[in-house]
Amino acid sequence: MWKFILRRFFVMIPQLFILSLIVFALAKQMPGDALTGISMDPRISPERIYELREKAGLNDPWYEQYGRWISGIIHGDFGKSYTHKIPVTEVIAERIWNTVFLALITLILTYLFAIPMGILSGRYNDTWIDKIVTGYNYLGFATPLFIFALIMLFVFGFSVGWFPTGGSVSSKVDAQTFEYYVSKLHHVILPALSTALIATVGTVQYLRNEIIDNKFKDYTRTARSKGIPDNKIYTRHILRNSLLPIAAFLGYEITGLVGGTVIIETIFSYPGVGQLFISSIGLRDFSVVTAIVMMLGFATLLGTLLSDIILSLVDPRVRVE
Amino acid sequence: MEKPILQIENLTTSFKIKDKYYMAVDHVSFSVSENEIVAVVGESGCGKSALALSIMRLHNNQRTKIEGEIKYRERNIVTISEGQMNQIRGKEIGIIFQEPLTALNPLMTVGDQIEENLTFHTKLSKEKKRLRTIELLTQVGIPSPTRTYDQFPHELSGGMRQRVMISIAIACNPSLVIADEPTTALDVTIQAQILELLKSIQKETKMGIILITHDLSVVAEVADRVIVMYAGQVVEMGTVKQIFTKPLHPYTRSLLKSIPSQATNKKRLHVIDGMVPSIVNMNRESCRFSPRIPWIPCNAHEESPELHEVAPDHWVRCTCYKHFYFKGLQRGEITNGIT
Repeated sequence: MWKFILRRFFVMIPQLFILSLIVFALAKQMPGDALTGISMDPRISPERIYELREKAGLNDPWYEQYGRWISGIIHGDFGKSYTHKIPVTEVIAERIWNTVFLALITLILTYLFAIPMGILSGRYNDTWIDKIVTGYNYLGFATPLFIFALIMLFVFGFSVGWFPTGGSVSSKVDAQTFEYYVSKLHHVILPALSTALIATVGTVQYLRNEIIDNKFKDYTRTARSKGIPDNKIYTRHILRNSLLPIAAFLGYEITGLVGGTVIIETIFSYPGVGQLFISSIGLRDFSVVTAIVMMLGFATLLGTLLSDIILSLVDPRVRVE
Repeated sequence: MEKPILQIENLTTSFKIKDKYYMAVDHVSFSVSENEIVAVVGESGCGKSALALSIMRLHNNQRTKIEGEIKYRERNIVTISEGQMNQIRGKEIGIIFQEPLTALNPLMTVGDQIEENLTFHTKLSKEKKRLRTIELLTQVGIPSPTRTYDQFPHELSGGMRQRVMISIAIACNPSLVIADEPTTALDVTIQAQILELLKSIQKETKMGIILITHDLSVVAEVADRVIVMYAGQVVEMGTVKQIFTKPLHPYTRSLLKSIPSQATNKKRLHVIDGMVPSIVNMNRESCRFSPRIPWIPCNAHEESPELHEVAPDHWVRCTCYKHFYFKGLQRGEITNGIT
């Protein structure tokens, strides 16, 4: 097992390398750089801007810039943010836990909705309860998250006022107190709920189809031939087999969520990595942008690895060596 | 005559296809006694497995209608509740399925899957259940039962899995075991072993066995009585001796003629023309086998064919057997089917 994980980490190195090339190339392709903003300022002469560019190494050929950047990353240095004037790692570190917290709550809510709904509609397929769940699914598939999130924000944030409309914690509470954590949770619920209500439909549909599929499998018939009551057939046989692909998909699900927070954090003005990403693009703060993309890329690779590990733990037919 | 364990009267199983019910098993009646092996033979699609699943009531009950009587020890199990039926399934009647590769839960150890049966039908302690399971595994001839107990189905070969299936079926000492093509998915050497095993278990437990198969050599070897099914109906029924030495119904004779034989150096195998009609578009009024023997004149068949007792316990459907001859042979030429 450990050997397998180690080997997978080695395979990640070339993958991350290719990703870094693409990310860098794309960042360079974008018009403007960190100094474009101040070059509009008439008080600063074009010579001064040129000097600054020269100093920052922005006039060097791309491969030299790339070389400097990548060797920095290898040493754990993602460069300095032009707008925040502090190292990129610090900028991200300030916000990453907000994003992780949001993603975690979203994940919990997603499965909290998906598993009962999937089980009910799969077990009682073609009954009224299944029709309600599948109807909800179609709606969920058809609703774009950014519109749904805006509606949620408008209704529960502005109109009813049950939840705050922005930020990750109230400014009135002191850090590390109980109220502080309650406030954090209060801030995270609306964005997490909005995402979960939409993101859950994929899992619901999948679980429903798995259950219907497993209901008529040969081994289920064998189980019924033993005289096991229906409820027990579900808990002992069908559910375990149906949840298997769902569990294996967990890793990918996490990856998707981390990416999905980009939109949701922006809509809810939630100070996480996603919001930082969007604002950094606007400010042409490329060292932050590239660092976040690299981080998301790494998270994706970790997610797939996690999926493989989970699968090997829950499915006796899959053993990794 | 031993008293019958299972008596089936006019059993009719219909499947719902596009809002209409079609009979897959059509008024079948027979009985099984203690210590007896009754073989049900026929081509694929004749309703053999539908019959087996009906006895266990394992069909999808939203789409299946079962009529008639299935009397297990004088008790009609067609009408009892699902909960009462669960007391019979696995405990009184066991079933062995034809696909040992898919019939076991891939996520459960072999031991757990056998023990399940004991869990729901006995009050044995955990340790006793384990001992009984290992005893069962030994009984079905698994070489290292304590190791196999903790193995998963995918770690076993097809023959071993079928042995596990058998031990699941016999775990609670049922008085009837239905073996639905138990050897079809296995290779020939293993087939013989599995049949031997079933016979030896029967010797110990005196259970009745319904053996569903399309392999007539298997039937000749182990069965006491034979039921030949065609298109959902019983077309001939008799003792093994009657069926193999004096087959009457054209279908039975055609089946027997289709067995490849080493004794006669025939170049070509006998093939029955056409195929089993689908349950949706089948002429249910006339003799169902008539479309496959078109050279037999229409008036040889009965209007609505019935079973006739031609000898004690030997039943044949339709009158066409009196006029039947194989194409290419002169009428009246002696052929008993086993050429």
